[in-house]
This record gives sequence, structure tokens and C-alpha cells, in this order.
Amino acid sequence: MTHTTPDLAVDARSLARRFGARWVLRGASLEVRRGEAVGLVGANGSGKSTLLRLLCTLLRPSAGTASVFGADLIRDADQVRANVGFFSPVPGVYDDLTARENARFAATMLGRTAAEADAAVDRAGLAAAADQRARGFSSGMLRRLALARLFLQSPDLLLLDEPYNNFDAAGIGLVNETIQATLSRGGAALVVVHDTASAAPVVTRWLALEDGRVTPRAGAPR
Amino acid sequence: MAFADEWARARAIAWKDLTTELRSKAGFNSVAALAVTILLLFGFALGPDSAAVRAAAPGALWLSALFAGVLAFNRSYQVELDGGALEPLLMYPGSRRSIFVGKLMANFAFVLLLMTIVIVVSLVLFQVEVPSAWARILGVVLLGSIGLVTLGTFYAAMASRSRAREVLLPLLLFPMLVPVLLAAMQATKALIGGDLLHEAGAWISLLAAFDVIFLMATFLAFEYVIEG
Repeated sequence: MTHTTPDLAVDARSLARRFGARWVLRGASLEVRRGEAVGLVGANGSGKSTLLRLLCTLLRPSAGTASVFGADLIRDADQVRANVGFFSPVPGVYDDLTARENARFAATMLGRTAAEADAAVDRAGLAAAADQRARGFSSGMLRRLALARLFLQSPDLLLLDEPYNNFDAAGIGLVNETIQATLSRGGAALVVVHDTASAAPVVTRWLALEDGRVTPRAGAPR
Repeated sequence: MAFADEWARARAIAWKDLTTELRSKAGFNSVAALAVTILLLFGFALGPDSAAVRAAAPGALWLSALFAGVLAFNRSYQVELDGGALEPLLMYPGSRRSIFVGKLMANFAFVLLLMTIVIVVSLVLFQVEVPSAWARILGVVLLGSIGLVTLGTFYAAMASRSRAREVLLPLLLFPMLVPVLLAAMQATKALIGGDLLHEAGAWISLLAAFDVIFLMATFLAFEYVIEG
């Protein structure tokens, strides 16, 4: 049974997921409220990325239930996707398209305009490289292009998987601005990080994932 | 989401697939080279008997399109997998069927271009004169291509979720394509030979029926096969 409290951005109950015989998540439960940015830490392979992929409907849970703003992950997957922005360590851009074309493609898919796509490219700091193909971009530029896609979507819930990877100080600031802007709109964020120092200015609560279960952490882990 | 939005999304996917293919070129060049190589191999295997070569032309044409098409269908999802773009694609709101329709349109354009090359090479290599029923043959090519692309795009999506996708796609696709290929080959053969027994119409009707069934079934089932 899922709960539909509007204040809850994420309400996950005993989420479990296995790949073959290996259980990665073993009953993870967590709540993320509107206005909260929750930092999630854990060892490699503890299931942090799997948890985010479950919450954004890219994977189906093997057991347990979860809802995003009251929408069930399985029954209301379309509604969940409309509210969730997933920022993955893999940029997911097309190498043979320019930055502008990548953004405009994303804009069409999201029902936005070409002007909004161009503005998102500018905001991501790629104005000078907007008409260059993504094939020649550095890792940081590719991540900025992926961030432009997130700007276009402007979701109520951010699911960020290692969002600071490959970013310079300005890029890290851009990620944190995005989180702050989402929180100020009444949204929420769940941020999976190893680099806790970069996330510390915006994260309001810390959790840890150990042995496939979520446990609270007092303060930013070191 | 409204039909107009879904249609815009499908067109955007088709544009993106064709643009990336046009710019990389490697995909189409290798697929077209494979198709021509298969035709040449058929020519060598059949030897100098010109009557035998002409009789085998419809089969050679459709089989070379089939084998080359498998490469093309695999590539249409490889583009998504290479840069990790499949996840964002699946995360966009709205029906995932627009992904199928977009890829279907791009693959159809790709296969039609491939068929143009294959037909021209076949006419020269197999010494087939342009038949009087060329317009009906073009119709068969269109219908056969629709069947090939529909099943190819669908099963490539299914295979894309597997690590053994290159092997899996032909294993899934070839048995399902037998009715389409049989009807397309028989209709082509009858029309090249002047359709003396008036059998081409029946084969064309059968081909059209398979196209409609496969289009409907794959459109409805696509959301389930693309799930993670």
C-alpha cells in the first residue's frame, strides 16, 4: 500500500531489488519531504544508484512499494516520470548532434520550445560551444549538457546520482543552484554522493545505505 | 499527452536518428556494403547459368535486405546505448510508443535507401530487365520493407536489453519474418515473370495483411519490451 500525503515527495517502503540471485536492496525505506534535500551516502555497490533508478521508474522493484508525490511507481509510472528529473553519472547525450541540437531534441521530448532549449544551453555555461558537436566535448562539458536537459525539465523531485563528478567549482555551484531552486519551488532532492563536501551547503538531512537498508546519519559524513 | 505532442516526439526521434546516421556515415556505408557483398556472393554461388541467376534474383534481393537490415536495426538502438542515452529517452514523460514510431520512421527511410541500392545492383548483377509491372514491384518493395522494419525495430528493442543483442536479434527476428519474406519473394518473382498465373495479387494481399497485424501487435507490445 502506498501513502498519498502530498507533503511527501518520496515515500518508499521496504523497497528491494535483485539482479539474478544477488539482492542489491533488501528492504530500503525512506521518506523525503517537500523542501528537503536528502544526501545519501554508502559504500560502492551498496545500492544507492539502484535506489534512484527504482524511484525514477527505470527499474522495477522486486519487492516493496514506493510513491513519488503520491503517484505509485508502477501503477502511475507516467505521472512519476513527469515529476522526476534523474541526473545520472552517464551524460546520455548524442555525440553526433551539437549541444544546441541535443537540447532542442530534449525540449521537443519534454514539450518545451526551441527558445527554452537555447536558454538552457546558455544557463549550463555552454553558449560558446552551442553549435559544436558533443563528440569533442570534455567530460565536464558533457555533464553540463546533461544539466541543461534537467533545466528544461524543471522537475519537482531531483534524483541526482553523483552530480558533482567531473565538474569544476562553477559546475558544482550550478548543481547546488539547481537544487536550491527546486527546494524553493516546494520540490525536493535526493542526492547520492561520495563528495559530501560539495553537497554539504544544500543537503538538509543525511542518510546512509548499508546492507541494502537505509539508516539515518547525524551530520555530513566525513 | 495529446496526439500532436506524441507525433512531435516521434518526429524528433526520427530526425535525431537520421541526423546522427547521416553525420556518422559509418552505419549506412557498412550496411550497404554488406548488402552488395551478399548479392555478389549469391551471384558467384549460382554460377554462369543466366536463367538460374534470374530465377534466384527475388530471393537474393530480399535475403540481402534482411541480413543487412539486421545490422541497421541493431545500430538504431546501439546509438542510444553507446552514450547512455537510452535512460533519458525512457525517462521523458508521455507514451514510450512514440519512441517506437520514431525509430520505425527512421529505420523505414534507412531500409528504403538500402533497397534502392540493392534493387539497382540486382538488376545489373542478375541481368533482370526492368519488368512492365515495375510499379507493382515497387509496391511489393514498400510493403515488404514495412514488414521487415516493423519486426526489426521491435525485436531490436527487445534485444537491446540483453548483453547478447547481436546474436539474439537474428534468432528472434528471422523466424517471425518468414511469412513476410515468403510473400514478398513470391510476389516479386511472379511480377518479374509477368504474373502469368495471376498469383501476385494474392501474395500482395497476404503481405499487406501481415504488415497490418505486425504493425498493430508491435505498437501495442512495445512499452512492455522496452521496460528495464
